[in-house]
Amino acid sequence: MTRCFMEGSDLVARVVKLCKPDVISAYPITPQTHIVEKLADLVADGKLKSKFMEVESEFSAISSVAGACAAGSRTFTATSSQGLALMHEMLFASAGMRLPLVMVVANRALSSPINIWNDQQDSISQRDAGWIQIYVETAQEAADSVIQAYRIAEDERVLLPIMVCMDGFILTHSMEPADLPNEKEVQEFLPKYNPTHAILDPKKPMTLGPFAYPEPYFRLRKELSTAIDESREVISEINEKFAKKFKRKYGNGLIEEYKNNRKMAIVSMGSVVGTIREVVDSRNDVGVVRIRSYRPFPKKDLIKVLKDKKIVIVLEKDISLGLGSGSVFSEVRDALYSLKKKPKVVGFIAGLGGVDITIKLINRAIEHSEKMKDGEVEWLI
Amino acid sequence: MADINFDLLAPGCRTCAGCGAVIAARNLLRATGKDIIICESTGCLEVTSSQYPLTAWKVPWIHAVFENAASVAAGVKTALEAQGNDHTQVIAFGGDGGMVDIGFGAVSGVLERDDDIMIITYDNEAYANTGVQRSGATPFGASTSTTPAGLASIGKKQWKKNLPMIAVAHGSKYVACVSIAYPQDLQNKVKKAMKIKGARYMHIHTPCPTGWGFDSSKTIEVARLAVQTGMWILYEIEDGKFKKTMNPELKPVEEYLKMQKRFKHLTEKEIKIIQEHINKTWKELDNLEKSGVNLRTIL
Amino acid sequence: MKKSKKITKPSIAIKEPGSSKKVKTGAWRTFKPIVTDKCTGCGICVIFCPEGCVKLKNKKATIDYDYCKGCLICMNECPVKAIKKEREKK
Repeated sequence: MTRCFMEGSDLVARVVKLCKPDVISAYPITPQTHIVEKLADLVADGKLKSKFMEVESEFSAISSVAGACAAGSRTFTATSSQGLALMHEMLFASAGMRLPLVMVVANRALSSPINIWNDQQDSISQRDAGWIQIYVETAQEAADSVIQAYRIAEDERVLLPIMVCMDGFILTHSMEPADLPNEKEVQEFLPKYNPTHAILDPKKPMTLGPFAYPEPYFRLRKELSTAIDESREVISEINEKFAKKFKRKYGNGLIEEYKNNRKMAIVSMGSVVGTIREVVDSRNDVGVVRIRSYRPFPKKDLIKVLKDKKIVIVLEKDISLGLGSGSVFSEVRDALYSLKKKPKVVGFIAGLGGVDITIKLINRAIEHSEKMKDGEVEWLI
Repeated sequence: MADINFDLLAPGCRTCAGCGAVIAARNLLRATGKDIIICESTGCLEVTSSQYPLTAWKVPWIHAVFENAASVAAGVKTALEAQGNDHTQVIAFGGDGGMVDIGFGAVSGVLERDDDIMIITYDNEAYANTGVQRSGATPFGASTSTTPAGLASIGKKQWKKNLPMIAVAHGSKYVACVSIAYPQDLQNKVKKAMKIKGARYMHIHTPCPTGWGFDSSKTIEVARLAVQTGMWILYEIEDGKFKKTMNPELKPVEEYLKMQKRFKHLTEKEIKIIQEHINKTWKELDNLEKSGVNLRTIL
Repeated sequence: MKKSKKITKPSIAIKEPGSSKKVKTGAWRTFKPIVTDKCTGCGICVIFCPEGCVKLKNKKATIDYDYCKGCLICMNECPVKAIKKEREKK
């Protein structure tokens, strides 16, 4: 392990190198560009032996890694915003085909109007696709989650694609001190990818991506749903195993609490939780619960840690247009609906298009939440 | 053709009786042998050959979505290279809809990067699987369900998009046009293409009895007439040099057109336009062949 | 953390190549091609059959009627007109 101080993108690229994917496919889009540029540098210098495909669109990027994965190779790709939206078809298709892809999403706002700064609309909008979604708070966690992602995705109990979501610019372009693991440790942690469930091999011909009539389709979707539900256990297990080896732990893998022993709790995802921790430290009435695994949704875990709260404040960087709230709010509130004594749940839409979420704003939201009615949502700027 | 009974596609495909596309697939596989991986786009052949939980394919086969057969194939080949496998052929296979239209970007990307795969289009000149709507490869004057012939319409107004020439413009070292009516020519070209590295392109003419409106027994006859009238030209462009592999004495195109319901509405004047277009194209291609110009260099 | 005891293998990939032979498309037929003694064993019908159900056995074309859809391409293409058609009796 080396202690270092570098840009988040750089750290992620170096960690990808340690995971030794056979095939990397990349198409540039702000703010993911530094990740793929760094990987290209590493390949060009012979430091990374992966095959690097310079594709002509994000759609090609996801298609080519899907093909490579189906042929039995470990792969990597990264994208943001419009690129992720362009991949939409293949996100569903690759989850349906049970291909354990790993992708880093540098979260960025969606057009129109076009905006390059951070919010989480892009990946949250893909929540139905069947991909596991991990939202990270720091660049260190992004790097660690990439390593964990390969182990989780390729686990025979899971066999699903994973996206590691890191806030664009905030985590990709800023520098932070971090621990970079060494190659030996990572290779020990990651067994070789050896698929038997779906592989393109002339010695064992299989047909992948078939046509299905209604009843088989329904049954296969249920199988897929069960797989992503059961992956919760594996996510937590790998989080523990990672902690044992690398000495860094992220809650129970699905959620992370900080000073959550007070009457109010803020629920949020991503780097903004870092700012929220500062607010929590300056007060004594509110704690924070970070959702790390957004899909599969940690319903049971959230009920357990939020059931005794007076007020639950959901602060999120997305809006589900037409619903009047963000998706995280509606899902958290739905999770708590089963409780006999329900906390008041209020929502705040913040940070869209990269608007800064300051300590002042967060305090204002907390103050305001006392006056808000249950189920009310406000826009925070 | 060593073992005539050799077949890597099982029977039981739910294609229409007399389907040209499946004849193309069978003969393609007879030429390639089993050390291949097929990446297919959505279309007639895909939907009828891979109905869960049964499959007609006896080779590894993947279908992702409609427009990315070429990209998926590029990814598969790259993975094989990373694994040290340099002998398995990877084929991106799709209908004209999936390769000429919606998949055009993916095809272009593969050709530009010169990924070591074979891109093969089976051309039934429409989106046959969804009910015979027009595609970029539908010929001029053809009636389809989105370009129906009528009092105010002659059918498709545009000429056929020429993907083989577009492939050579990208620098492809081997481009070929084949027809199911000439299986030996098809096999020869496939075998030749397999020995070449880089992005290779092949376009197979596959008449569609359901879509074009002729009896299911006439599929090969229609395909043969297409070549004999110059509506379909068998050629190869090897390393930029164009060469016709069949030089028939051209029959009048009317013989070909009148066999199909999709051209039934054409007037004498319109048939004349098509005939002139064929004559002109044929003459220019003759000139091209005689000139020995290298298309890879100039395009 | 206890490991899941049961591992459900994904069933999305079809692992039996050529399993479509369980679908007997012969039931689609209206007309049935019949190979007569004129057959010279040239194999053209084998190459052109869309279903792959014509094979050469002992230098004679043999049709597997489990799969023949009755398209009659073989009859149309036979160079010696050795194949005749018959209406399916139902």
